[in-house]
Amino acid sequence: MIDLQKAFELVVNIGLPHCLLLSAVLFSIGLFGLLTRRSIIAVLMCVELMLNAVNINLVAFNRFGSMPDHAGQLMAIFGIVVAAAEVAIGMALAIKLYRERNTINVDELDELKG
Amino acid sequence: MENMHALSQILLFPILGALIIAMTPKEKTDSIKQIALGAMVYPFIITLIVYLKYDTNAGGMQFSEYIPWVTDLGVAYSLGVDGLSLPMLMLTEIIGITSVFSSWYQEKRTKEFFVLLLVLIAGVTGTFVACDLFIFLLCYELVVIPIYIMVLIWGSTKRVPKEYAGIKLTIFLLMGSAFMLVGIVAIYLSAYPEGMRTFDLEKLVLSSRLGYLSSDFQIFAFFLLLMGFGSLLSMFPFHSWSPDGYAGAPTAVSMIHAGVLKKIGGYALIRLGLMVLPLGAKFWAPLIAVLAMMNVLYAAYIALVQKDLKYIIGYSSVSHMGYVLLGFAALNPVSLSGAVGNMVAHGIMASLFFSQIGYVYERTHLRSVPELRGLSHQMPNVSLGFMLAGFASVGLPGLIEFVPEYTIFVGSFGVYPVISVLAISGVVFTALYILRMLAKAIFGPRSVKFDKYHDAKGFETAPLVFLGFFLVILGLFPELFMGVIRSGITPMTPMLEKIADAPTIVDAVIRYVGIGGGLW
Amino acid sequence: MFDFALQSAWLIPLLPAIAFAVIGLGTRQNKQLSAKIAIAAISVSFVLAWSVLGAVLTNNITVEAPFIAKTVWTTIGKIELAMGMLIDPLTVVMLTVVTTVALLVEIYSLGYMAHDPGMGRFYAYVSLFVASMLGLVLAISFFQMYVFWELVGLCSYLLIGFYYYKVSAREAAKKAFITTRIGDFGLLLGIIMLQIYVGTTDFAELQLQLPHYIDVSGTGMLTLIAFLLFIGPIGKSGQFPLHVWLPNAMEGPTPVSALIHAATMVVAGVYLIARAFFLFNQIPIVLEFIAWLGAFTAIFAASIAITQRPMKRILAYSTISQLGYMMMALGVGSVTASMFHLMTHAFFKALLFLGAGAVIEAMHEEADIFKMGGLKERMPVTCKAMTVGVLAIAGIPPLAGFFSKDEILAAALEHNFFLFLIGSITAFMTSFYMARLLFVAFYGELKDDCPAEETNDFMRYPLVILAGLSVVSGIWGHFFGFGEWVRFGAPVHEGINFFVAFSSVVLAAAAIWLAYAIYVEKRWSAHGLAARWGIFYNLSYNKYYVDEFYVIVRYYGCFVVARILYWIDLNIIDGAINMLAKLTGAVGGTLNRAHCGSVQAYVICFYGGAILVMGYALIYAYKVLSMAGGAF
Repeated sequence: MIDLQKAFELVVNIGLPHCLLLSAVLFSIGLFGLLTRRSIIAVLMCVELMLNAVNINLVAFNRFGSMPDHAGQLMAIFGIVVAAAEVAIGMALAIKLYRERNTINVDELDELKG
Repeated sequence: MENMHALSQILLFPILGALIIAMTPKEKTDSIKQIALGAMVYPFIITLIVYLKYDTNAGGMQFSEYIPWVTDLGVAYSLGVDGLSLPMLMLTEIIGITSVFSSWYQEKRTKEFFVLLLVLIAGVTGTFVACDLFIFLLCYELVVIPIYIMVLIWGSTKRVPKEYAGIKLTIFLLMGSAFMLVGIVAIYLSAYPEGMRTFDLEKLVLSSRLGYLSSDFQIFAFFLLLMGFGSLLSMFPFHSWSPDGYAGAPTAVSMIHAGVLKKIGGYALIRLGLMVLPLGAKFWAPLIAVLAMMNVLYAAYIALVQKDLKYIIGYSSVSHMGYVLLGFAALNPVSLSGAVGNMVAHGIMASLFFSQIGYVYERTHLRSVPELRGLSHQMPNVSLGFMLAGFASVGLPGLIEFVPEYTIFVGSFGVYPVISVLAISGVVFTALYILRMLAKAIFGPRSVKFDKYHDAKGFETAPLVFLGFFLVILGLFPELFMGVIRSGITPMTPMLEKIADAPTIVDAVIRYVGIGGGLW
Repeated sequence: MFDFALQSAWLIPLLPAIAFAVIGLGTRQNKQLSAKIAIAAISVSFVLAWSVLGAVLTNNITVEAPFIAKTVWTTIGKIELAMGMLIDPLTVVMLTVVTTVALLVEIYSLGYMAHDPGMGRFYAYVSLFVASMLGLVLAISFFQMYVFWELVGLCSYLLIGFYYYKVSAREAAKKAFITTRIGDFGLLLGIIMLQIYVGTTDFAELQLQLPHYIDVSGTGMLTLIAFLLFIGPIGKSGQFPLHVWLPNAMEGPTPVSALIHAATMVVAGVYLIARAFFLFNQIPIVLEFIAWLGAFTAIFAASIAITQRPMKRILAYSTISQLGYMMMALGVGSVTASMFHLMTHAFFKALLFLGAGAVIEAMHEEADIFKMGGLKERMPVTCKAMTVGVLAIAGIPPLAGFFSKDEILAAALEHNFFLFLIGSITAFMTSFYMARLLFVAFYGELKDDCPAEETNDFMRYPLVILAGLSVVSGIWGHFFGFGEWVRFGAPVHEGINFFVAFSSVVLAAAAIWLAYAIYVEKRWSAHGLAARWGIFYNLSYNKYYVDEFYVIVRYYGCFVVARILYWIDLNIIDGAINMLAKLTGAVGGTLNRAHCGSVQAYVICFYGGAILVMGYALIYAYKVLSMAGGAF
C-alpha cells in the first residue's frame, strides 16, 4: 500500500528535491530545445530556460542549504541580469541576421565551418 | 650619463618616433622619413657616447637601470650593457640608422613601413640592453611580427613566393622562441625556490655559480636553448630559412635581420647559454663544433652555385655564422671574443652587401648574377660597396672581418684541430664564391641595357659611406671593438677554466658505447 | 739623417698608403695630380729606404743584431698582436729593391698609362701595393707578414683585373687570387699552429724560443708547421703546382707585371723563408723539399718558356723558373745566394718587363714575338736595354745574373750534384729562350706593317737606369761583401768557383749561339724541330696541361659537389621542413572536418563532454567514498 500520508507530505512539503527536480526538468527542456530548434529565436528562448534552471538551483540551495546567506539570491539576480543582456543582444543579432541573410534558421548559418 | 637613463633613451626613442609617425598624416612622406631618421640619429649619438664612455678597465654591467615591475614573478625593467652587449648595441644602432638611409626611397606605404621599422629596431635594441630575461623575451617577440608584415607587404618574389619566405622566416623565429621559452622557464623554475624566483640575469648566473643548477638539468636546458638560438643563428640544419627569408624580405629587413637579429642567437648563446648553463654548454660543445664546420663548408659550397645575389649573401651569412659557432664551441676567452667580434664584423659587412643589392634591385629589378653584367661601368660607387663588403667577407686584413676570424681560428685550433682545419679551409671557398660574384656581376664588359640607370649619388651613397667607414676604421684599428669585447669576455675566464674538464657529449657517447660493449 | 731614417722607417710604407687614401678618396679623377701624389710619396720612401741602408751600414746593424720597434695592434686573450718593424740587412735589401723598382715603374707608368682613363685608379692601387709590400718587408712577425701578404694579394688581384672590362683580365685576377689563397690557407694554418704550439709568431722571440721548444717537444710538430708555412710561398712565389696564376697575371698593365709579378710581390715567398730561415734550418727535410721543388719548378717552367710565343708569357715562365732558382738556393741553405739573386733578378726582370711593355705598346698590343721582328732599328734604346737584360739573365759576365746565378749553382753543387745539374740545364734553357725572344723580336727582319716607334722619355729613362743597375748590381754585390752582410749564420763568401763559372758561361754562350743559329741564321727550321719533337713540343706548348687539370678539379671538386649539396639543401633539408609543414597542414585538415559550422552540433559535443566528465567524477567519488567506509 502506498503510504498516503507520506506521499502527501512528499508532495506538499516542498523541499530541496522538488526544486532540483524542477530545475533539472527545465534544464533538460531547454537543452532539448537548444539542440533541436531551427529558429534562432527558439534557441535563444531555450537558453533562457536553461539559465532560469540555474537560477532556481541557486535560490534553492540558498534556501535549503546548510549555510543560509544571501549569496545564492545575489547570484540569481546576477544571472537574471546577464540573461536579460544576453537576450537583448541575441535578439539584436537575430534581427540583424534576418536583415542580412533573410533567414533565422541556424542550420543555414554555418559559415564558421573550417 | 650614468643617471640620465641613457639606455632607456636608446631603447624608447625609436618607439616614440614610431608613435609620432603613427600620428602623422600618411601623405607627408618627407616628414615621416625625417622623423624616422631623427628617431634613429639621436639614439645613435647616445650609443656612441655610451660606447666611448664605457669603462673597459672596470668592465661589468654599466649604465644600469633598475625598476621593479612584477615583483611577484621577479620581473624588473632592468637594463645595462657590458663588454658583450655594448658592441652588439653599437652594431644595432649603426645598422638601424643605415636601414633608414637605405629605405629613404620607399614609396609604398611609407608611413606603415617606418612605423614597423622603428618598432623592429627598438625590439632588437631591447634584446641587447635587457638584463632581465623577461624583458629580453618581450623584446624578442616584439621583433617577429613586424618582420612578417614587412616581408608580406614590401617583400619580393623570386625563387620562392614572398609569402612562403615570410612564413618560413616567421615560423623558424617562433619555433626558436618556443624552444627558448621552455628553456628559460625551466631555468627560472630551477634556479631558485619559490618566492625567490627571478628573471634577473645576474642572479641566475649567480645561482648557477652556487651550484643550484645540476649538471643534468644544465645539459637538458642548454639543449633547448641551442635549438632555439641555434635556429636563430641559422645553425646547420636549421639554416634554410635564412637565404629564402633574406631573398623575400625588403632591403631594410634583410639588413637588420642578417646584420643584428641573427646575432641575437649568438649573443644569447653566450649570455644565457654559456653564463647560466656552463656545464650544458661544455657538454654540447663538440656537437656545435661539428655543426659549425658543416655551416662553414656546406653553405660556402652552396653559395658557389647560387645565381641570385641575395641567395649568395644569404648562404654566405650562414657560412660566416659557422665561424661564430666554432668560436663559441671552443669555449675559451680567445675564441669567444673572436665569436663576438665576428658577429659585429659580419653584421656590418652583410648589411653593406644587402644595402647595395637593394640599390641595384631598386633600379634594375634584377638580382640574378648572370643577368647583371659589368655593373661597375654604370655604378662605380655601388661596385665599390660590393667590393668592400666582398673583400671584408673574404677576410682581408685592414677590413673588419680579419681580426675576429683570426682570433676564432687561434682560439679553436687548440681545441678542435681537425674541425678547425676544415673550417679554415672555408677561407678558400669564401674567396671562390665572392670573387665569382664580383667577377660576374660587377666586372666584365659594359652592357648597354644598364646605361639608363644612374649610380648611387648624394644621399643614396649614405649606407656605403656609413658602413664602409666602420668597415675600414674597425678593420684598421680592431682594438676599438676587440678591446670592449675583451673586457666582456675576460671575467668569464675562471668559469671557463672551471668547466674545461667537464664531461662532453663525446665522453657520454664513449661511456654509453663502453657499457654497451660490456653487455654484448 | 740616417738615424732619423732608421727611427722613422715606418714612414716608408705609410707614405704610399697615405697616397693611396688621398688618391682613392679625392683625386682619382685627376690623372696628373694622382700620379704626382703617388710619385712624390714613393720618392720620399725611396730616399728614406736608401737612408735606412746608410743607417744599417753605419750603425753596425747586422742579422744578429737587428733594429726592432713595435707597437701593439690588438690583443686577443693573452696574445698580443703586434705591428712593427724589424730592420736588418735582409730587410734593407728588400726595402731598397722595392722602393727603387717601384719608383722607376711609377715614372715609367707616366708614359705607359698616359692615355688610360683609369690612370688615377692605377696609381692608387700601385701605391697601396707598394705600401703593403713594404709593410711585408718590415714585418716583425709571421702574423704581420700574413697581414701584408694578404694585402699584396689583394693589390695583385686589383691590378691584374685593372682592365676589368676584359673578361680575360677579370678571370685572370680571380684565378690569381684564389690560387694564392690556397697557399695562404696553408700559411695561415702554419702561423696559427706556431702561435698555439710555440706560443709566438714574432721572429725575434721565435729565434730565442725555438731551441728550447725543440729540446722539449722535438721537431715533429715543427716539421708539419714548416711544411704548412712553405705552402704560402708555393702559392705566392709561383712554385709548382700553384704556379698557374702567374702567366695569366700578365693580363694586368705591363708596369704592374714588372713591379708585382716579376720584381717584388712574387719574391715575397722567398723573402718569407729567408726571414724565417732560423726555423726552416732546424728541419732539414723541409729544406730538402724546398730545394727539390725549387729545382723542379725552375726546369719545368723553363721548359715551358721555350715554346711560348707571347712575349710577356715567356717572361712570366722565366720568372717562375727564376723563383724556383731562388727557392733552390734557400733549400740548399744559402740565404745569401737566394737574396742576391732576388736583388739582381728584380732589376733585370723589371727591365725586361718594362722593355716588353714598351714593345707591346709600340706594336699596338701585339704580344706575339713572331709577329714582331727587326725592332732594333725602330726602337734602338729599348733594344739595347733589352739586350742588357737578356745577357744579364743569361748569366754572361760581368752582368748581374752571372754573379748571382753563379753563387746559387756553387751552393747547389756543394749540396748535391743533381741539383747543380738541374740548375745548369735550366740555365742553358733560360739563355736559349731569352735569346730566342731577343733575336726573334729585335733582330729578325722588319715586318712591313710594323707600327713600332721609340717610346717617350718617361718610358725610356727607367729602362736605361734599370739596365745600368742590371750591369752594376752583380759586381757591386760580389765585390762589396753582399755575402758578409746578408747571410744566415757565418758569412760565406766563396768567391768565384771557377768550375761553376766556366761551365755556366759556356752553357749560356752555347744556348745563345743555338738560338742565333735557329732564329737568325735559320740553320735549322724551328718548325721542323717542333714537328720532330712533337710530343714534347705539344706538352711544353700546352704547359703540360696543368691548367686543364685545374679546370677539371675545379669543376668536379667545386661545382659538381656544390650542385649536389644544393640539391640536398633544397630537397632533403628544405624538403624535410616543407614536409613537416605539410604534415601539420594535413593533420589540421583532418581535424578540421569536425568543425561543421553548426552551432547545435558543437553544443551536443559540449554537453556530451560535460556528461562524460560528470560521470567520471561520480564514479571516482563513489570509489573514494566506498574505500573510506561507504557512506552511500
